[in-house]
Amino acid sequence: MNLHAIRAIYTFEMNRALRTLLQSVVSPILSTSLYFVVFGAAIGSRIETVEGVSYGAFIVPGLIMLSVLVQSVSAASFGIFAPKYSGAIYELLSAPASFIEVTAGYVLAAATRSLVIGLIILGTSFLFIDITILHPFWMIGFLMLTCLSFALFGFIIGIWARNFEQLQLVPMLIVTPLVFLGGSFYSITMLPPVWQTITLFNPVVYLVSGFRWAFFGAADVSVGWSVLAIAGFTLVCLAVIAWIFRTGYRLRK
Amino acid sequence: MADIVSVRDVQKTYDSGFQALKTVSLDIREGEVLALLGPNGAGKTTLISLICGIARLTGGTITVGGHDVVTDYRATRRLIGLVPQELHLDPFEKVINAMRFTRGLFGFPQDDALIEKVLRRLALWEKRDSRIIELSGGMKRRVLIAKALAHSPRILFLDEPSAGVDVELRKDMWRIVDELKKDGVTIILTTHYIEEAEAIADRIAVIDKGEIKLIQEKAELMRQMGRKQMIIELQQPVDAVPDTLAPYGLELGEGGTLVYSYDTRGERTGITKLLSDISAAGLTLRDVQTHQSSLEDIFVDLVQGDAQ
Ligand SMILES: Nc1ncnc2c1ncn2[C@@H]1O[C@H](COP(=O)(O)OP(=O)(O)OP(=O)(O)O)[C@@H](O)[C@H]1O
Ligand SMILES: [Mg+2]
Repeated sequence: MNLHAIRAIYTFEMNRALRTLLQSVVSPILSTSLYFVVFGAAIGSRIETVEGVSYGAFIVPGLIMLSVLVQSVSAASFGIFAPKYSGAIYELLSAPASFIEVTAGYVLAAATRSLVIGLIILGTSFLFIDITILHPFWMIGFLMLTCLSFALFGFIIGIWARNFEQLQLVPMLIVTPLVFLGGSFYSITMLPPVWQTITLFNPVVYLVSGFRWAFFGAADVSVGWSVLAIAGFTLVCLAVIAWIFRTGYRLRK
Repeated sequence: MADIVSVRDVQKTYDSGFQALKTVSLDIREGEVLALLGPNGAGKTTLISLICGIARLTGGTITVGGHDVVTDYRATRRLIGLVPQELHLDPFEKVINAMRFTRGLFGFPQDDALIEKVLRRLALWEKRDSRIIELSGGMKRRVLIAKALAHSPRILFLDEPSAGVDVELRKDMWRIVDELKKDGVTIILTTHYIEEAEAIADRIAVIDKGEIKLIQEKAELMRQMGRKQMIIELQQPVDAVPDTLAPYGLELGEGGTLVYSYDTRGERTGITKLLSDISAAGLTLRDVQTHQSSLEDIFVDLVQGDAQ
């Protein structure tokens, strides 16, 4: 195992995150604060409680998930896309590092970055409302797993993308809608029955639901299903990466 | 000298279906400087990419230091440093961090003293905290060389190191190649400049259209190049070499000229004597031309011979 390589990539990526500190940290905080003001304060004042929790508190897990998913995908996909684009990838391909090590470096860095952002958003939300977290360890566990699995997903996108449009396409056209439709800002029990069934095909539902359970002890789907869903998604991503590794897909000529 | 890189019946066809290497075999000796000469699109970069693991082999095998580059890539790649043809660098990274990155990537613990030594050797130490984007083109190329040396490789590939580089830097590069060679590093460089191959290579390989056309000691090539020909045109073209001139080994040239071959490095070329013997034989000179076959001629011959 070439641990030096993992560390080198990780350090490089974290340096890049620090270089773009404003973009990586300040903008999620700003947008989250806006969500609190609009959804929490303005709309929330008209909604009493959802599943026994004030609306302001209810949306916190969803808000964190929204940022964490988008950030994981964009950090990991850009991380591997940038050297592909600049040509600096020659170095990764000619280094005595396996694809597992290269993936680990980029994915761990992206996951760290989005984890930090998730925690910062959680901290910000304490400024707006009181929340008590019922199962803090589960909460952190869900958060970390989500960061990792979506960083893996982003890494795949970064390898697949041939240009900047494709790189932006997936986060914009897939991740954001899935999060919004995944019960981030409402309980899926509020939907008409048909939509409740359709929604169950949205993987984000399980993430948000499990994560919300860790906060408030109430969930749209059972926690077991949430854990299974995240684990399943992670396995699918790992399988795709293993395939990329074997075939050299879009990396080795 | 033992072979450190061994390329056996290597073929490469890209996904587009283009066959960039037909069947290439080549042995690189430990400690030598090998120049790979060839026109654009000959397959030089492709060959290097296969040895370094950037491209996948279509057929054949490559070993580096006795290890197979596919099955035992960790062992082979640690031995190799690669300076790519293009300036492929992350524009926002600092020089020193770029060095540390490479060293780590190649599996070595950080060694700031060594990095300082390499940066000083390439006159980049003052620029260590500059971002790549703030450097000139020649400096960027030096950063690429420095990065390739960050893990003290045994084998260094320089893919067109003098593209876009001024005379001074090119001389600098030659000096660095020389120093590395003294340290025992095996160096393979590709170039379009024949003088460059002449100046620093021990052996020269010519590659064209995916095939190795020639691989020879530079000294041997230079011996062939040391021969010079004098073409003597006469007022009255001759159809046979006069008997009195037989000792000179003259040949009959085109249009009834006489052709004299001699070694420029010999103590005497015999030209004065030949010319006086020619007039003694009753022949009148009309014109005299000399011609030296250079590496360039050999190269052009090889490459054009194929085009027909
Ligand atoms: N990724 C690729 N896909 C398809 N064809 C390629 C690819 N890379 C190179 N080729 C083709 O393979 C041939 C050899 O290219 P290569 O880059 O090895 O040449 P080269 O000798 O390094 O040339 P130059 O002196 O211009 O750098 C060229 O015809 C090129 O068009
Ligand atoms: Mg080339």
